Parts: sequence; C-alpha cells; structure tokens
Amino acid sequence: MAEEHKEIDVVTGTATTGHEWDGLRELNTPLPRWWLWLFYITIIWSVGYWIVYPAWPLLSNATQGVFGYHTRSALNEDLDALKRQRGPMMDKLASASLAEIVADPQLLDFARAQGRVAFADNCAPCHGAGGGGAKGYPNLNDDEWLWGGKLSDIEQTIRYGARAGDNKGRAGSMPAFGRDKILKPNEISAVADFARSLSGLSTEPGADLGLGKKVYADNCAVCHGPDGKGNREMGAPNLTDKIWLYGFDKATIVQGIENGRGAVMPSWGGRLSEPTIKALTVYVHTFGGGEK
Amino acid sequence: MTAHVTMAPGQSASATPALAHLVQEAEIDGLPPEDDVPLYAPRRNIYPQSVQGTFRRIKWAVLFITLGIYYLLPFVRWDRGPNAPSQAVLIDFPNRRFYFFFIEIWPQEVYYLTGLLILAAIVLFLMNAVAGRIWCGYLCPQTVWTDLFFAIERFVEGDRREHMQRDARKWTAGTYARKALKHFLWLMVAWWTGGAWVLYFADAPTLVKELWTGEAPPIAYIWIGILTVTTYSLAGHMREQVCLYMCPWPRIQAALTDEYALNVTYRYDRGEPRCSVKKGEQLRAQGMPAGDCIDCLQCVHVCPTGVDIRGGANLGCIQCGLCIDACDAIMHKLGRPTGLIAYDTDLNIKQRIEGKKPFYKPMRMRTALYAGIIAVVGGIMLYTLATRDSEGISVIHDRNPMYVRLSDGALRNGYTIRIVNKRLKQRDFIMSVDGLPATLIDFVGLPPRADGRQLITVGPDQTKEVRVVVTDYSATLPAPSTSILFRLIDIDTGEIAEMRDHFFGP
Repeated sequence: MAEEHKEIDVVTGTATTGHEWDGLRELNTPLPRWWLWLFYITIIWSVGYWIVYPAWPLLSNATQGVFGYHTRSALNEDLDALKRQRGPMMDKLASASLAEIVADPQLLDFARAQGRVAFADNCAPCHGAGGGGAKGYPNLNDDEWLWGGKLSDIEQTIRYGARAGDNKGRAGSMPAFGRDKILKPNEISAVADFARSLSGLSTEPGADLGLGKKVYADNCAVCHGPDGKGNREMGAPNLTDKIWLYGFDKATIVQGIENGRGAVMPSWGGRLSEPTIKALTVYVHTFGGGEK
Repeated sequence: MTAHVTMAPGQSASATPALAHLVQEAEIDGLPPEDDVPLYAPRRNIYPQSVQGTFRRIKWAVLFITLGIYYLLPFVRWDRGPNAPSQAVLIDFPNRRFYFFFIEIWPQEVYYLTGLLILAAIVLFLMNAVAGRIWCGYLCPQTVWTDLFFAIERFVEGDRREHMQRDARKWTAGTYARKALKHFLWLMVAWWTGGAWVLYFADAPTLVKELWTGEAPPIAYIWIGILTVTTYSLAGHMREQVCLYMCPWPRIQAALTDEYALNVTYRYDRGEPRCSVKKGEQLRAQGMPAGDCIDCLQCVHVCPTGVDIRGGANLGCIQCGLCIDACDAIMHKLGRPTGLIAYDTDLNIKQRIEGKKPFYKPMRMRTALYAGIIAVVGGIMLYTLATRDSEGISVIHDRNPMYVRLSDGALRNGYTIRIVNKRLKQRDFIMSVDGLPATLIDFVGLPPRADGRQLITVGPDQTKEVRVVVTDYSATLPAPSTSILFRLIDIDTGEIAEMRDHFFGP
C-alpha cells in the first residue's frame, strides 16, 4: 500500500485501507503477525504435501508423491498384518477336523469368534442375529433339526444348502396338496386337525379325525413318518413336538398343506472359505442345540 | 487490597503502571476509558536473585525428593512372580493393568482413580486453608521445574546482577556461548524429564536400552519429544506466565482461603513508614515512629514471579516464602528482629495494631471438615482395596433369541459369562445357578469331569469367556422373567463370586 493512500479515520484513529463505498471507509486492522506467519507456514507445509503424497489429478491418474503412499496399499498392509496375526490359528482351523476344533478350547474360542462375524454377515438376515429364526426360517438354538444337528449335518447344510439346486444339497419339499388337486378341502381341514392332535393341540369341534388319520396315512406318512416323528432325510419336520417352523394355528397348517412348503437355503460352499464354513458350523452347533 | 492502597500506593502503581492505569480508569464513573490504554501488558524479564534460608532449604529438599521420585521410581523393582512384570510402578497399557507396588488395578477398577482425584482436590483445599498456596510455592511441577531451571540459569549466567548487566550490555560471543550452554542444559533436563515419563509405561531398564539402540517404539520417542518441548517451554520460557495467565488455581484458591489461613504477609504494622537505615535511626532517636522496612527491595529481587509482597496478598504470589528468607537475612544484618515478612494473617496485623495478641487457628470448621472428608474417602478406598475380590463374573444374557423352546416344551436361555481371575496363578472354578426349580447348566465346549461337573480353568491374571446355556425342565415357570443367581466357586479356596441375572420365558 503506497504511503499517499494512508488515511487516518477520525473517529477511531485507525488507518483505513483507502477503499470507500458511499462514504463508508474500511478500517485497516491487519491480522496479528503471528497468525499470518502460521498461515504462511501452512502454505509452505502444503507444498511439502504435494511433493510427498499423491496430490494433483492428472488425466488418467494423479501425481504419485515421493513417499509412494497409497491409502489402498496401506489398507492392504493392515489387512495383511491382521492375516499374519491370525495365520497360525487360521491354519489350525483349516487343518483340524470339526471334532478336533470342538475338543480344543482355544481353537473353539477362535472358531466361535470367527463364526460370530461370518454368521452376522451371511446368516443373520434370515436366521436372526442370534440364530433365533423367524417364521419359515428355523431357530438354530433349539433341539429340533430338519436336516440333523450333528456337526457333520450342519456343515453339509451350510455347504450345499437346502433346495438350492445343488446335487449334494438338502432336497425334498412338501407338495401343494390343495393347489395341485391331490386333496379336497374337507380332507385338508381334517388332516390339519389331525396334525394338531399329534402334539396334543386342541382340534375344532366336529373335526373328522378319522378322515384326517386316513388322509395322513395315505399322503403324509411317507415323509413325516407313520407316527408323525418326521424324517430328516426328507427334511420333514417332527409333527409331534412343540416346535413349529411356520406356526401351529390351523389356518397356517391348512395353508401349508394347500400350497406346500419348500423354503430355500442357499449353498455357501462356493462363497465362503473352508475355515469360515467350519467356524460357522461350530458356531451354530454351540448355540445350545448341537447334537453329539 | 485495603492494605495495598493505604500503605503503599506508590510502589504498587510503579510496579504495574498499565494495570494501575486501568484500575484508575475503571474507578471514574460513567466516563469511557481513553483509547490509548494498552490492553496488552508486555512481559517484564524476571531475574530472581539467589537466596539462603529456611524456606529455600525446604524448597531444595522438596525439589530433590519430588524430582528424585519422578526420575528414579521407574527403576524400582518389585517381585510379583513369573506371571507379572517386576516393576514397582507400571502403567501397562497393552495388557491393561496398572501396577503400584503390591496393588494391581484392572481397567474396571479405575474408580480408584476417582477416589485419588477427590483426595487430591480436598488435600489441596486443606493445604490452602492451613497455609495458603503452599502447593503453588513448593509442590507444583511448574514451580519445581522452574526452580531447577532458575538454578541452571544462575549457574551458567550468574546471579541476578551479573546476569542483568550482561544482558543489558552489547552481547558478545561469551554472552551467546553462555546462553547456548544454558539452553542446552535446559533441553537436557527437559529431555530427561520426557525420558522418565515414558519409563512409567514399559519395563524401564529394557526401554532405556531400546531408546539408546533406537529400537524403542516410535510412540516412546514422540512422547519424549512432546514432554521435552513442554518442559523446556513451560519451565524455561513461560515460567511465571503460567501462574499468572494460564493456571486456574490462583483464581480458584481465592475462594478457598479465609482470614485465618496463613499467607506470606508483609507485616506493615512493623514495616511502615519505610525509611533508610540512617533515617530510621534518627527518627527512633527522636522518639518518632520508624518502620523496619528499609526499602531494600530484596524481597522483590528474589521473587520468582516478580511480585512485591508489600502490596498485600495478590494473584502473582505463589507463597514460596523466598521473600521471607531474603528479608530475614537483611533484618539479621540490621540487628532487627526477623519476621517482617512471614506466614501470617491480616487479622493478626490488625490485632497487633490494636495492641492485642495475635492468634493462630489451624483447627477450625473448614480444616476439620476437609480432614474429615480426606479420612472418609481415604478410608473407603483402603477398605475397598483391602476387601476386593480376586475373582469375579459378569453375565450377558443373549439378546436374540431371548429364550428357546425345546421340542419337549422345556425352556432354554443362553448367556455369555466372563470369569475374572485377578490372582497371579491359574485357578479352577465350578459354577452353579440358583433360582429355578429344575435346571441343567451346560458350559459349551468344556468337557465334564468324573462327577459330571464342568471345570472352568482361568489362567493367571486373566479372564475367560464361556458360553453357558441354562435349560429349565419344570412344567411351568412362575413368571415371564425369573431372577436367577450364578455362583462361581474356586474349588481350591472355596472363594465365591456371584452375579444375578434373569431367566426369560414366554
């Protein structure tokens, strides 16, 4: 600012910048010097950043920086470090059989920790955060297993899924007895009442349990067994216990007989790594319902 | 402040002209202050003079003891056996333990720190009620390190007069050399201060070796750097500015002192009117009143914060008592009684003016109350520390599902239980659950012993998490939620830890 522009404001006694708008003049109150110097230092610092780190966008890339730092490679390094840290236990998990994992407390803890995360990522959307299940999605905590509750059974179900089109997967579904005109409505009603009676639930007044029993023996016993105990080979549930996958009110049972049931569980064999499948198997087994 | 205005207006005004000017302005009602009043008081260089005497000796002793503890404590060993570090005082962040001689604190016991902080606050209050800011004058790290830095400065640049004269002259190579040496020594002390700090967080001898060979973790070097900078700037450069402008304690202490608290006091009843030695003798010969203060300014020259104590109690005075030593030395030379400046109260000065006996009341409601609180808080801490359990359990009920119905209608609840073993040896526990009619408890993954019970083994100074499923086989449960009690028993010692939780049903 040239000396001739220096005007002193009469009221405040402060120098002005020489700018004037409709008679208003701007006072010249400069920033504190220390502040200004810090500001300059940050500018110099930023130049250092440009040199050291990736900074300026180019047509297809960006300047690389002399440190060779990339957030992506830094992330990969962190992940590699984690993998190295888990390496010995992961190797152990990969090589041990399911029975060996369960027998080794340390390995069991590790498998359960791995399983917890894998379960939350892959299984919880259907089976619930703690494997509590929902209508149509089995509760994994209880002691009823459609396809078996031993470690090997659980592993097979996870690996190949159920009704997911995998040759080794769980197959067998309940036919649509009503929709496909196999049973008449009165037969469906009667067999539904009969099914409820198997586990001691009340039946409707005037229900024809005799007809129901006959219809059951002719159509249902093939899969659910002559006494209604179910068949794990077919994934046919036990009808005599207190656990109902879809519900035990008559309307739900009638709906099931009418339209059939055949919920699908995806096969996870190709998607999850072997150790993860093992970890998931052990994790689900230790919910409390695992069979020996 | 009354004493200040009536007895020595000239002195105080000249000491801080800007401040006095502001006060003057503020006292003129209704008139706005002139625009040329500076709102910024430039710093005066303070060259405290060396001094000998009782309080100086106390300060040296406190300095050696406190800094000795600070610098050497990490090297003190304490044998805890093979399963714990053998450093007497260690904050072990990676393993989340704090060791203090025979005490080991887990993270969940940090409430002891709350107790310590309460104790520290009340002890500070008590100190203040008994003898003013003795914390500031003797124990505050700012004071102790500044004192050490002053000593180094005097050692290199000479005492007050020599130092001032050399600074005022044109600086020669010798001046620069002395300054350089001083700053080098300061930085060495600051560096050592930072170095001692990090030793509290790792095994000290190992870390010292690693620091020398460059193998120590980067965070150690970073902390040494940070503390070197803070020590060097706070104790070397900012000094009394910290007390005057940064520290909240001088402000708070004004609310905690009272008329009975002993403060470093200029006994103006004895000191005024000030006059030279010769004039004093003349006045006394004529039977006229003459004060003992000869205005030699020794009390100001030795003051580390540059205060004139004859202005009365004020914010700048950290009550270190060095002015007492300086004044006593002068009084001794003059053959007058010592104690013209002393730990005393304004109340006693008024008593003496009125010809009454001075009195001291260290025991009063305030101090008794503080001492009582200290005793209670300290007692509670000692009691809880002495009677705390060396084992514990915490229980988390499964969130989802809340309960599971089994095929035969029985109910099952799942829990995650963490078992804590604070002993430095491995321990075996069994656990039972009370409160349900017919229960089966199963620890997932733990093989049963011969008697069918499952043993939970927890390593030394460790915790173990176990998944527990509790199944109730009774036909009907009394309520949707039943209170149950998990009981953990050490099979060797029979020690018990219990935790209540709930068993849910439909």
